[in-house]
Amino acid sequence: MAATHGTSAAPAQDRQLSRGLARTRRIVLGLSGVALFIVLWKLAYVFNWAPRGTIPDPFAVPAALWAEYNGGRLLPAIGSSLIHYVWGLGVGTALGFAVGLLAASARWFDDIHYMLARILRPIPPLAWVVFAIAWFQVSHAGAAFVISIGVFWVNYFATASGVRDVDPRYYELARAFGHGGFIKRVTSITLPGAAPSILSGIRTGVGQAWMTLIAAELLGVPGMGQEMNSAAGVGAYDAVVVYMLAISLIYTLSDGLFALVENRALRWRP
Amino acid sequence: MSRSGLRLKDVGYRYPGSDSTVFDSLDFSIAAGEFVALVGGSGVGKSTVLRCVAGLISPSSGTIDGPAQTDKGTRQSAVVFQDTRLLPWRRLDANVSYGLTGLGLSRAERDARVEEVLDLVGMASYGQRWPHEISGGQAQRVGLARALAVRPKILLMDEPFSAVDALTRSRLQDELLAIWTRLNMAVLFVTHDIAEAAYLAERVCVMRGSPARIVLDEAVPVDYPREREDSTLQRFAQRIADAL
Repeated sequence: MAATHGTSAAPAQDRQLSRGLARTRRIVLGLSGVALFIVLWKLAYVFNWAPRGTIPDPFAVPAALWAEYNGGRLLPAIGSSLIHYVWGLGVGTALGFAVGLLAASARWFDDIHYMLARILRPIPPLAWVVFAIAWFQVSHAGAAFVISIGVFWVNYFATASGVRDVDPRYYELARAFGHGGFIKRVTSITLPGAAPSILSGIRTGVGQAWMTLIAAELLGVPGMGQEMNSAAGVGAYDAVVVYMLAISLIYTLSDGLFALVENRALRWRP
Repeated sequence: MSRSGLRLKDVGYRYPGSDSTVFDSLDFSIAAGEFVALVGGSGVGKSTVLRCVAGLISPSSGTIDGPAQTDKGTRQSAVVFQDTRLLPWRRLDANVSYGLTGLGLSRAERDARVEEVLDLVGMASYGQRWPHEISGGQAQRVGLARALAVRPKILLMDEPFSAVDALTRSRLQDELLAIWTRLNMAVLFVTHDIAEAAYLAERVCVMRGSPARIVLDEAVPVDYPREREDSTLQRFAQRIADAL
């Protein structure tokens, strides 16, 4: 650094160049990793590393995609899954946020529910599938219900801990400047102060909902999970892969979209 | 005096649910427009007095008579905190206008106030910045602007300059004096810095003991503008030091 002090523009340019190179290198390596995986997959297919017929030919996946699309199965399955996803995510997030906020701001509620929460929390969302079928039969509502449970807990904990961690000195400030009332305090201090935690909870929920989605649909509700199940039933594992990749793509899109919202809302952070 | 100033009568404070009495019968008053420094060692309860005056906590006993009726668009008092306490999720102009909601001011009036006080503290062009983008001294100025925006009858300052470097501190002190001279408001300035108290205030009160009492309450015998090296001022500072 000291040696190149006289020419300040050149090192800056060099640094930009080397950063660009590093990024290119990373992308190339990343693509190589994917290619390597496909090669291994192909080898597994050719040399039958698993029971015969259970590993699809990777090169057959595009054709399978086309067949699923043409056969009128892909888009309706995605649409149906999105219904479960949006409802499960929406209901779970709203309830988790509301209960978490109440738990962190009302002492009596915290006292009355903490033990119950500790009992219910460890129950995996999928364990509720039995009740989902009993209460909602095999319906969109049943799948959304199962999804919402996992999302609920994620948001409940993120909101409660975010609200508890708001610096109490800000509440003193609020009182000193005429924002001591409940509504003003919540809107001017609690919610913005807890926003980083709340938003990261919502984002985790956006992912978590996808994780439970497919399993929730295995109970027979129309959607990608059901299509995967029926494709596997007739040995069409290449079609299963199509749905797996569709899930991956939609998750990436929804997570990226939410990241934009999150960054916009939290642009005050250093 | 008590009609437009501030009067504490027999004020005591005990931490809720504890026997430890911070102070039990504090008496002192601040006239309208007067600059009073409250000096004392750490933990003696100076900030507790300030919080009582600000209405952030209620004294366990005694009465505090504040300025009577406040005018529209103003608050009786406003606090400047040592840790600035700017809200990190608000831009600086929104931080300054924080105390202005609920005062019956129109949007245009609020904006005008914000502009006026940011200009007063020398931060006119910084309204759209975020708190993390400015220095500690600048943050302290914005904290002062936020308090000035509500045109308080009495400005309550809790060791406002103790966290900034020495050069910034003396500059902020001079700017505070200039602002106080321009605006018609009393100042209660809590500090543990004797030189600062003597340089800034018209009157210095010293708090000491447990439970704490006012052990010295005297006018500073030097007119404004003052020189920091003034020998009378330094002798006075020595008297404060002896009382502490």
